[in-house]
Amino acid sequence: MQSFDYIAPKNVDEVISLLASQNGNAKVLCGGTDLIVQLREGRRTTGLVVDVKNIPYLTQVTYDENGLRIGAAASCHQICSDPFVQKYYQGLIDGIHLIGGVQIQNRASVGGNLCNASPAADSIPALIVHNAICHITGQGSSRTLPVEEFCIAPGQNALKAGELLTHIQIPAPQKNFGASYLRFIPRNEMDIAVVGAGASAILDEDRKRFVAVRIGLGAVAPTPLLATESGAFLSGKDLTRANIKEAARIAQSIAKPITDLRGTAEHRKHLCAVLVERALDIAIERAGGQHVQ
Amino acid sequence: MSSKTHVTTTINGEDTEFLCEPHQSLLEVLRDTVGLMGTKEGCNNGNCGSCNVILDGVLVNSCLVLAVEIQGRSVTTIEGIATANGLHPLQQKFIEHAALQCGYCTPGFIVASKTLLDQNPNPSEHEVREWLAGNLCRCTGYDRIVRAVMDAAQG
Repeated sequence: MQSFDYIAPKNVDEVISLLASQNGNAKVLCGGTDLIVQLREGRRTTGLVVDVKNIPYLTQVTYDENGLRIGAAASCHQICSDPFVQKYYQGLIDGIHLIGGVQIQNRASVGGNLCNASPAADSIPALIVHNAICHITGQGSSRTLPVEEFCIAPGQNALKAGELLTHIQIPAPQKNFGASYLRFIPRNEMDIAVVGAGASAILDEDRKRFVAVRIGLGAVAPTPLLATESGAFLSGKDLTRANIKEAARIAQSIAKPITDLRGTAEHRKHLCAVLVERALDIAIERAGGQHVQ
Repeated sequence: MSSKTHVTTTINGEDTEFLCEPHQSLLEVLRDTVGLMGTKEGCNNGNCGSCNVILDGVLVNSCLVLAVEIQGRSVTTIEGIATANGLHPLQQKFIEHAALQCGYCTPGFIVASKTLLDQNPNPSEHEVREWLAGNLCRCTGYDRIVRAVMDAAQG
């Protein structure tokens, strides 16, 4: 592997000044499940690896009246084994639990999955449907960005040189809310999504009508997508099979997949509608709604 | 060019120190510097599980851990699984069930299975299969491996 220096700072300020001093020639290390492989294969280069796993501000998963705060370096295992997350953020669990096997779950972070910006990343459509906001800190500045705007191209995120993703904030649990994420792979475990689709729904008091819906898509475009038009279509509509199918059709029309070794564009288009429909069914059920015939 | 880092750590219960470069993986240092060859290199990118070790009680791929990261921590490799009294039950059951053919993946399977049984002494077959999804065997198929783990759990 290429040579680099290694440092494990104790606080965020130190990370920020290191990133600033290296002028883009530093890489942040969390679990290393993408970064170490990419450095080894020469797909990324760096002079300095900054290990942030010793900084509690970046590794903790906490919640208060503002919702769930996931430190960018928190491991998938840590998130998936949290009882509060399991109870209220089921779409997130669906997505994160699918990332690799036990060994990868123990090391990989959701912040890393996001920063790696793969079009097929399983956590990102799940974060999108949960309305996640990225919190970013740079030298003397900080900003937020909706998660659907964080990835800008395959392997490229919206961070500017010297900026650090510190945490992801997800709104507090809402009444009559449900979310889910599904992916299609040709085997049972340990594969990269051919297509991924997430859905979340807030239902009205009687749970007969959609109040708000978000659909997130993975592996059908250069970046994970929020299918805004599908959500807008369902908002205020009754829970009917025809409406769900129309929302899935709209999501399919937004999808712009490519053909590669995992599947053809045509296959992905088909899968997109199927998965959106099924993800919506699960989200409705989790929101307390009856299964729509 | 980076200089060598001095790392003090615990490997298989023994205080250990070594010098390594920051880019060296734990796998590389275990095999080439510490001399523990039981941990195998398969894919070297986190897919196959051949290089599994236990880091502070947690199952990891040692090819995806930098050796400098284990400063002050505790690592268990396949060499640390058997005790002075003999083989670990998992090792014994792998032999009895012939749960290996070429044997290259076996250390990784045994280390991974141990972390499962440590936290779940009586797993279902489904739990065993799911837990071992990150370990690849290209010889036997998985049935004998799963049977050996289930048998070790009951024993």
